[in-house]
Amino acid sequence: MLIFNWNLAMNRIKSHMILPVKTGEKIKFSFDGKPFYAYKGEIISSALFANGIKIFSHHHKDKSPQGIFCANGQCSQCAVIADGLAVKACVTEIKDGMRIETLKGLPEIPELKEEGKFGEVEEIETDVLIIGGGPSGLSAAAELGKLNVSTLIIDDKHKLGGKLILQTHKFFGSVEDCFAGTRGIDIADKLEERVRTYPAVKIWLNCECLGVFSDKKIGVLYNGKYFLIKPKTLIVAAGAREKSLPFIGNDLPGVYGAGAFQTLVNRDLIKPSQKLFILGAGNVGLIAAYHALQAGIEVVGIAEAMSEAGGYKVHLDKIKRLGVPVYTSHTVLASKGKKELESVVLTQVDKRFNPIGGSEKTFKADTLLVAVGLNSVNEFYKQAERAKMKVFICGDAQEIAEASAAMFSGKIAAHKVLKSLGIMREDVPKFWAEKLNVLKSKPGKIYPNKKNHEKNDVYPVIRCSQEIPCNPCVTVCPKKSIKLSGPSIIKNPEFDGECAGCLKCLLICPGLAITIVDKRKDKDNPLVYLPFEIERDKIKKGDRVNIADENGKTLGLAQVAHIKDFSAENTIVIGVKVPATMADIAASVKLYNAEAPRKTHGLKDEIKDSAIVCRCEKVTAGEIKKVLRAGVRDMNRLKAITRAGMGACGGKTCSSIIMAIVRSEGINPEEIKDFTQRPLFIEASFGSLCNYKTADKSSGNGGWSDF
Amino acid sequence: MAVGAIFNNMNSYDIIIIGAGSVGTPLAMFLAEKKKKVLIVDSESSAGQGQNKAAIGGIRATHSDISKIKISLESIKIFSNWKKKTGIDIGWMKNGYCFPVYNESDERMLKEMLKVQQSHGLNIKWIDKKEVVKLAPGINEKNLRGGTFSPDDGSASPLLALNAFYEYALKSGAEFNFNENVVSILKDKSIVKGVLTDKGKYFAPIVVNAAGAYAGEISKTVDIDIPVRPDCHEAGITEPVQTGIKPMIVDIMPGLKSKNYYFYSNSENQIIFCLTPSPTIWGGDRDSTSRFLPEISKRMIQLIPKLSNIKVRRVWRGLYPMTPDGFPIVDFPKQLKGYVLAAGMCGQGFMLGPGLGLTLSNIITGNAAAASRKRIKGFELNRKFEGQEKLK
Repeated sequence: MLIFNWNLAMNRIKSHMILPVKTGEKIKFSFDGKPFYAYKGEIISSALFANGIKIFSHHHKDKSPQGIFCANGQCSQCAVIADGLAVKACVTEIKDGMRIETLKGLPEIPELKEEGKFGEVEEIETDVLIIGGGPSGLSAAAELGKLNVSTLIIDDKHKLGGKLILQTHKFFGSVEDCFAGTRGIDIADKLEERVRTYPAVKIWLNCECLGVFSDKKIGVLYNGKYFLIKPKTLIVAAGAREKSLPFIGNDLPGVYGAGAFQTLVNRDLIKPSQKLFILGAGNVGLIAAYHALQAGIEVVGIAEAMSEAGGYKVHLDKIKRLGVPVYTSHTVLASKGKKELESVVLTQVDKRFNPIGGSEKTFKADTLLVAVGLNSVNEFYKQAERAKMKVFICGDAQEIAEASAAMFSGKIAAHKVLKSLGIMREDVPKFWAEKLNVLKSKPGKIYPNKKNHEKNDVYPVIRCSQEIPCNPCVTVCPKKSIKLSGPSIIKNPEFDGECAGCLKCLLICPGLAITIVDKRKDKDNPLVYLPFEIERDKIKKGDRVNIADENGKTLGLAQVAHIKDFSAENTIVIGVKVPATMADIAASVKLYNAEAPRKTHGLKDEIKDSAIVCRCEKVTAGEIKKVLRAGVRDMNRLKAITRAGMGACGGKTCSSIIMAIVRSEGINPEEIKDFTQRPLFIEASFGSLCNYKTADKSSGNGGWSDF
Repeated sequence: MAVGAIFNNMNSYDIIIIGAGSVGTPLAMFLAEKKKKVLIVDSESSAGQGQNKAAIGGIRATHSDISKIKISLESIKIFSNWKKKTGIDIGWMKNGYCFPVYNESDERMLKEMLKVQQSHGLNIKWIDKKEVVKLAPGINEKNLRGGTFSPDDGSASPLLALNAFYEYALKSGAEFNFNENVVSILKDKSIVKGVLTDKGKYFAPIVVNAAGAYAGEISKTVDIDIPVRPDCHEAGITEPVQTGIKPMIVDIMPGLKSKNYYFYSNSENQIIFCLTPSPTIWGGDRDSTSRFLPEISKRMIQLIPKLSNIKVRRVWRGLYPMTPDGFPIVDFPKQLKGYVLAAGMCGQGFMLGPGLGLTLSNIITGNAAAASRKRIKGFELNRKFEGQEKLK
């Protein structure tokens, strides 16, 4: 076995503060005839990205280059030819010696080398089926497992945890309900550990849900084998998918969702970009920026059409302090590049989000992340309701919120199931609903944090001025000196009392919003302790570093006096010596200075209409507008005329873009009759649907013929 | 008085059609083209949202019955000339129908029918094994005896075709009322007066019942029983791929849980397929069942093994408004003057629709009425419903 040094591979992350860098067995594959190396067990798309390959196919309609888009097995944009068959690169494992080719146009279907055998489609009965093993599904499973209710939880990924396994940052919420202050990846492990202690809960990973049928059975592909599941009750905990926007060049390789980015970076330790731009300053966009910085990727900027960032202020401040510019009241006008993304054109927008002419600016970037919000994955729920099944929904599938709320809503869904199965008689306690509402609450008002540390010579400075549901600093303080300003956990924390300088509040704060000022040794040049989780060896003792205030304004240079590495928390605490006047306002080390954009000219309206709405069928914004202007209000008819929504993904991406166009055309969304959603929700081969198996494993058609 | 007259005028039409589907829409188009004032009422929110969009798009004249053959030949003329006439692509392909045969009894049955079809002037012939393989590369050659092939049959996109007919009808002046339910047909003794809907009353001396799966229910409101009840057939479509398969392939051998099934590669290179469940599933549920995909997948792979690697994209279920003998009911029942039946298409509304629309519009407007009436003779309401359509 060859042990492969990943540091030698291009586009792989060489060191990471939070995540272990991958090592492993090296395998060979070819792409369009050229040899490359991959990591055994790796997914094709990541292996290609690791080797600098971003164009996977050319669309059969307009020959335009295509690359990764959802990285989640949903959209089929990433199709390549692997050993003769078209496969989704983002969910197919690479094999030693695999021949991978660019898919050009429509795939040809090869003859089978030998006859196969048909297998039975087994039917599985269970009390509860949970679709989705993320925070809400796992919480529901734990509640059911505790009471020994036969439960099957399925997830299409190789690991439980849903999107938690991509989250390297610490989570908000309360410590007792949802592991606040713990990193997402660690929460996933804790939830999984708990569920695995209950023998009544069966876990099927690598299991795709294809459809809910009218005879109350659910079709799933489990490791490529087709099963029909017949549950007494169903919990849909399928999470969310990302919204998209129509702008010119939105289908260029290099333009994709923040979720895809997090998958590449945080799951597969791929460095897909050198220069990154992000559209959308909600929590998803802000966190993606942070993850990029942790992966050593330069974040050129974040654009946000609203006049303020929609995400938590602490997330925003964290990014700004490190030196990433955030352009509010701006949106992306176009992404440009010959074959792949090369630059992003931004424009300022007015209050109605109309571009302001003359405000255009261009940034060089190789990747643009679209992080403009999430939509619930609720098609399974809708189908189950039509089939008159006993069905419950929780987490993002029900309503988009933080993972903390998802966990709690999973618990509530489980309780409802217990009641419907007759195992529990009581209704869901009323205060649970209230608690869920708190955890779901959107970022609230901003109140300046009070300062009560005049008498202290060591004390925390808390920069947590916006009402968000979070309290780990309160829980962790051994002196009980941090309290909330009111009874609810959305209230802001305040310091009042003694401080031991133990750094526990600084280390647990998910927003990195606490610094500790220590004047005990030197009143005039106190030590300020700053949290840092970007890169382990980036800053050393004795370095002179740029210091930023809460909002990212540079305060000046300061010398690093201490570096404390808290490896259990994966956080470095940097102690800097600063003048007394700077002590309370020094908030962070600043890493970057914003790059100045190039001024550019605007674009004509008719060009804007070339933005792609339906990626699968290459339907443009202009075509959609034309049909809407002709009076079409039934999405089914719009689909019949334009083919938008008829592609592999089934309208998962375009339906929200179409609604955005509906609103921009001044049409009341209530006039619109929605698409009829039908299975399959993920494409599956004829062979897999009847468990047709050929014996020849060496051929491309070997094994379960699920591709 | 004056207000009432205007009101009356606004709600008065030459013809009211119930159902903007496969039959009602082309009929509306031909009537409007002939300058008739036409209203179409439909409970869905746009044209073709009933069973039309569930059709897979096959269009053939190679039936076993003269009325169907004649109507279908008319339809094929309309479908195949549409692009020339209007410039609008409806996905028409003259790709033919092929019935591959694997046993002696099917060969005998089809060959007998061939004689009848050929006697009606249809272009259909028996082809040998090699020719079948050429039309359907990769087809299982074991026990393959040959098959029938009718090159003049074809296919079109039901979605595009119906939308094209709808837009043409609209342009010609037809009025469409969507999201409106017909409550009853209005009559005065034995004469039709119009329709009552959940939104109002509309008047016309002629009312056409083209309500597809719901035609039986609506006809009951004027006490004319028509033996139409829907059963369901399941269908689906794959990703676009190159298979080399040209015609509509119809496999008439019975399966474990199904009768026949058929498929073709449409104008988008997607395989579109449909299966007749066995036993028959009666009723109006239009959501797919779990037994459909394993059944059809197995059958399609048995027939053409390489299809195993093609991915299914979407499935749906559509209703066949069935009559006891498998033939439509198209008639002007004597007991109610002005009432026209265009119902019970038995799953062939899409292919019969344009031909029927043209024929009915000719009868209604008195243009070549006698010849047109003769053409639909086989679809009379007052028949015995004893025969059985051989190729449903």
